Amino acid sequence: MGKRIDVKDLNVFYGDFKAVEGVSMTVEPRSVTAFIGPSGCGKSTFLRTLNRMHEVIPGGHVQGKVMLDDEDLYAPGVDPVAVRRTVGMVFQRPNPFPTMSIRDNVIAGLRLNGVKNKKVLDQKVEESLQGANLWNEVKDRLNKPGAGLSGGQQQRLCIARAIAVEPQVLLMDEPCSALDPISTLAIEDLIGKLKEQYTIVIVTHNMQQAARVSDKTAFFNLEATGKPGNLIEMDDTQQIFNNPSKKATEDYISGRFG
Amino acid sequence: MSSSTGASLSDELPDPDGRPPLRGDDANTGRAGDKVFGGLAIGSGIVVIAMVVLIAIFLLFQAIPAIGDDKVNFLTSREWNVSGRRFGILQMLWTTVVTSVVALIIAVPFAVAIALFLTHYAPRWLAGPAATVIDLLAAVPSIVYGLWGVIIVAPKSEGLQNWLSDVLGWFPLFAKVPSVGGGTTMFLVSIVLAIMVLPIVTALTREVFSQAPAAHQEAALALGATKWEMIRTAVLPFGKPGIISASMLGLGRALGETVAVLYILSALPDSSKWTWSLFNGGDTFAAKIANSASEFTGGTSTGAYIAAGLVLFILTFVVNAVARVVIERRKAFSE
Repeated sequence: MGKRIDVKDLNVFYGDFKAVEGVSMTVEPRSVTAFIGPSGCGKSTFLRTLNRMHEVIPGGHVQGKVMLDDEDLYAPGVDPVAVRRTVGMVFQRPNPFPTMSIRDNVIAGLRLNGVKNKKVLDQKVEESLQGANLWNEVKDRLNKPGAGLSGGQQQRLCIARAIAVEPQVLLMDEPCSALDPISTLAIEDLIGKLKEQYTIVIVTHNMQQAARVSDKTAFFNLEATGKPGNLIEMDDTQQIFNNPSKKATEDYISGRFG
Repeated sequence: MSSSTGASLSDELPDPDGRPPLRGDDANTGRAGDKVFGGLAIGSGIVVIAMVVLIAIFLLFQAIPAIGDDKVNFLTSREWNVSGRRFGILQMLWTTVVTSVVALIIAVPFAVAIALFLTHYAPRWLAGPAATVIDLLAAVPSIVYGLWGVIIVAPKSEGLQNWLSDVLGWFPLFAKVPSVGGGTTMFLVSIVLAIMVLPIVTALTREVFSQAPAAHQEAALALGATKWEMIRTAVLPFGKPGIISASMLGLGRALGETVAVLYILSALPDSSKWTWSLFNGGDTFAAKIANSASEFTGGTSTGAYIAAGLVLFILTFVVNAVARVVIERRKAFSE
């Protein structure tokens, strides 16, 4: 599991407004790639093009190609629903389904795929919660509402829900920005473990976090408000943080702006 | 959003920091504005409660002597002969409850579908005007519904009613009643009541659906849900308490509807000819009371009608209480 992502000359639009311009990048399978950059630079927007979630907003569309191994996600006839089953997503605010128990949250995606066998589902619940480092904390209350967990536990529940459908890629949009440091650490540990199986792309505002968890880092910036965001550079995380090749990257990392 | 059950959606939604809505700030500046407004608010609250209590007392005081004078069992008799002091409410209770419940069974699926269309399927330019048109249905006076029902719908629906009773006649609810012609049956009343409660149920469910959190809708979509699956996963469960309280409000309106029912519904051919069938005539509480206004001469005969009114009053209370319980039980899962 874990596929390579290849983006070629991608422009992202909301209606007529070009939000991100000319992004090309390669994300290696079973690695962690971090997107950093100031607010509004389009890193979240770009992330959401990788599973076609940006099309949920009316007018959202792209030009260019996003290849998952050999498959173009934007080829005519590709169903966004199918793309989202292959490329999972975790959001900024933990969003377990409030009306469902912990167990039902984990298997929500499998239910959508029509899995009904109780044995399979039970096994998958344990497996996914183990995978999200949450099993030991919730195994005695699987039938309680997911909303009763702490923020950090809820976010790991969302990760369990995302990996239960066995995606190839896991996208994380600032997954720790609503969490306390202890919960953040738990998620970061989890990311280290998940990358053995999944290709992970994470957007973060926390540069230490990018430095801690990622193999590669991509820096996004925009020239001015109202202008589209660009990918400035992408390199090994070590390289970006110690010896970036672009001035803007160095300024951002050293805290001179952003 | 207020509702007939007194349960409000905003009770259940803490603000983003997780605190309950602002309440009980004891700061008091003692200014005239504070005093006037505070007095008005408290006064209004007391007036509302006092009104309900006084109405209940009025109904009880008028009804109890009449019920004491009753020569048949008030609750289990279907006979209604006020001058003979023989009055039982069972037939009216049946007609009122069954027409209203059937009306809800027809109206709620439509209302939910319309609300979903307006909030999740219709393009923005259509959603606003369409919602206004639905709301306009609520502005049609009930007398107009009554006339329309009896003049236009009754003859046109006769064929459908005959067909239903031909096909499903083996089931007592759909049995043929030869003596009631022209389609002016409980079934027709249910259809017209359904149209009358549709706007209010639609408006309230639409309100709730439009508040379904975007975060949960995105969560479902990101799992690879189709639009309908997303609605089933993230919107309908969120809206369920709202659908229930909207339905109960609609039920309250249907139970108390007077003029339209009065115009449409045939009287029972003979008071002994009561059947289980929806294709029979009958009387609802409200229509019967309105129809008999000329008989209110005081004393026992008037008391009998007031007793019937009391039952309608209690019925509405029970409906609201049940709605409240249903909503409470779901609360643990809706925080």
